[in-house]
Amino acid sequence: MPKRLLGLLLVLPALAVIAFLFILPLIMSAVGAFQVEGAFGWGNFTKTFDLYTKDIVFTVVIVSLSTVLIGIASVAIGGYLTLGEHPVAVAILRWLYRWPMFIPFIVVGQILRTFLSKNGMMNNTFINLGLLTPLDAVSFLDWRGIVIAFVWKQTPFVALLVAGAMASINRDTIEAARNLGASRLRLLLEIVVPQVAMTLTVGLILSFVTMMSVLSVPLMINAQSPTMLTADIAFRVNSYGDYGVANALGLISLVLAASVAWIYLRASLKERA
Amino acid sequence: MTAAHIPAARNPLAALWWVPRGIIFGLMAFFIFGPLFNLLLWTVAEKWYFPYSLPLEYGFSSWAKVFAPRGGAMESLTNSLIVALLTVVVSLLLAIPAGYALARLKLPFRGLILLAFLIPQAFPNLTVYVNIARIFYEIRLNGTIPGVVLVHVSHGLVYAVWIATAAFSAIDAELEQAARNIGAGAFRAFLDVTLPLAAPGLMASAIFVFLESLDEFTGSYFVGAPDVNMLPLLLYTTAAGGNYQIASITALLLLVPSLVFMLIVERFLKADVLSRVGH
Repeated sequence: MPKRLLGLLLVLPALAVIAFLFILPLIMSAVGAFQVEGAFGWGNFTKTFDLYTKDIVFTVVIVSLSTVLIGIASVAIGGYLTLGEHPVAVAILRWLYRWPMFIPFIVVGQILRTFLSKNGMMNNTFINLGLLTPLDAVSFLDWRGIVIAFVWKQTPFVALLVAGAMASINRDTIEAARNLGASRLRLLLEIVVPQVAMTLTVGLILSFVTMMSVLSVPLMINAQSPTMLTADIAFRVNSYGDYGVANALGLISLVLAASVAWIYLRASLKERA
Repeated sequence: MTAAHIPAARNPLAALWWVPRGIIFGLMAFFIFGPLFNLLLWTVAEKWYFPYSLPLEYGFSSWAKVFAPRGGAMESLTNSLIVALLTVVVSLLLAIPAGYALARLKLPFRGLILLAFLIPQAFPNLTVYVNIARIFYEIRLNGTIPGVVLVHVSHGLVYAVWIATAAFSAIDAELEQAARNIGAGAFRAFLDVTLPLAAPGLMASAIFVFLESLDEFTGSYFVGAPDVNMLPLLLYTTAAGGNYQIASITALLLLVPSLVFMLIVERFLKADVLSRVGH
């Protein structure tokens, strides 16, 4: 048997699983979004925008804000790991920052739900330390809770990628700028970050797409209105059996994710040109 | 990795730097470990209500409830473990031949094939699960363990195939050639030489697939519930019902394997394999 044919035969079963269990349903979803009672039309989309425009905006704002915060936090962590001057402090940070990375989203939802609630551990600790009075304590279980959960869970992942990229850049330019008297913040923002911009972007895009499709966190932390598109999709299917609007919502979140990937592609093409 | 450029001893102000550092690290530690500590407290809290900041009574009665035959947790735990193990077996059965072919044989469109396995991780997958649930409903796979396993496999394959490919590429092809030269058939050489050498890498990919399956919520929610109860679903329903003790114990059951296995993976996944992932 020719080697190419054998190779294809060996890969085929695995590829078939992806084709039937992911690509086919994805196409079904795109087609289903335009189907209204057997005929093609825009009905699902008009209904979606009537009912869920607020949630679409809410989702975009929440996920974008989380992405920005994850970016800032991971640059800060990676920057300190690379430029930090005290080995003990660097070691402490390296040990500390990774923990949330391995924790499943559903567990993140549960533990932050109890931590951030009005009488949760965060407020209780601040009250016991005298930083807060019981009357001033507020629950964070709204959009802020979702943002905190996303940043909490995704920052270690992006920081790990960014720190890895920062560790492998040529240190000569850093030393040169340091000898010329540049502050560490300037070193980080003007020399280190531009060199790892691509890795940072990839990490942030992966996080953006992941956050767009997480269902457990919005269900656990903030199930009231406005909520995220994922919770709406689950609601449309489970409560109404309304696959048309669910598919339309799904297609909208796909388009949002794809537009981010498109920005990345354009940037990477420009970089190569 | 960064040596101190200004030795602390020569700079008397360096000690003062520990004040802001200590505050920032302290806050970080509070926000990272606070929620985890809170979870641990809930698992042993017998009585805990507003406005008390610590439980009033401690005990293990919730643990007894969780592990009692009617608690539902044993059923969920068993289901989760069965699904995760089957997912690992099916994923590896698919990924070992695919990974070998991708690493060793000249394949057309090799890059595209590798990318195809990434698709389920790279797209928002909620709508996909909704439609899989519809297909499965028609072919009576919805609400069955094989159905849930298949959904998890499609998601775990990227780890299985990418890491298996890297594991096979990291092995010297000449070892296999040597076995062939002394008379072993192609399959025999693969089984006796290549496969054992790739075992640590394959083990790591199995762990990734296992964890992915154990922690997967959305697919299990649409395809499995309410017939196949899994740990993440139990966690969701008990938390929604306000039973924080049971929810916290379930969360702990999900959390421990994640942390333990990740420590193991660091030992299995060696740099020579890691550097080839995705190439």
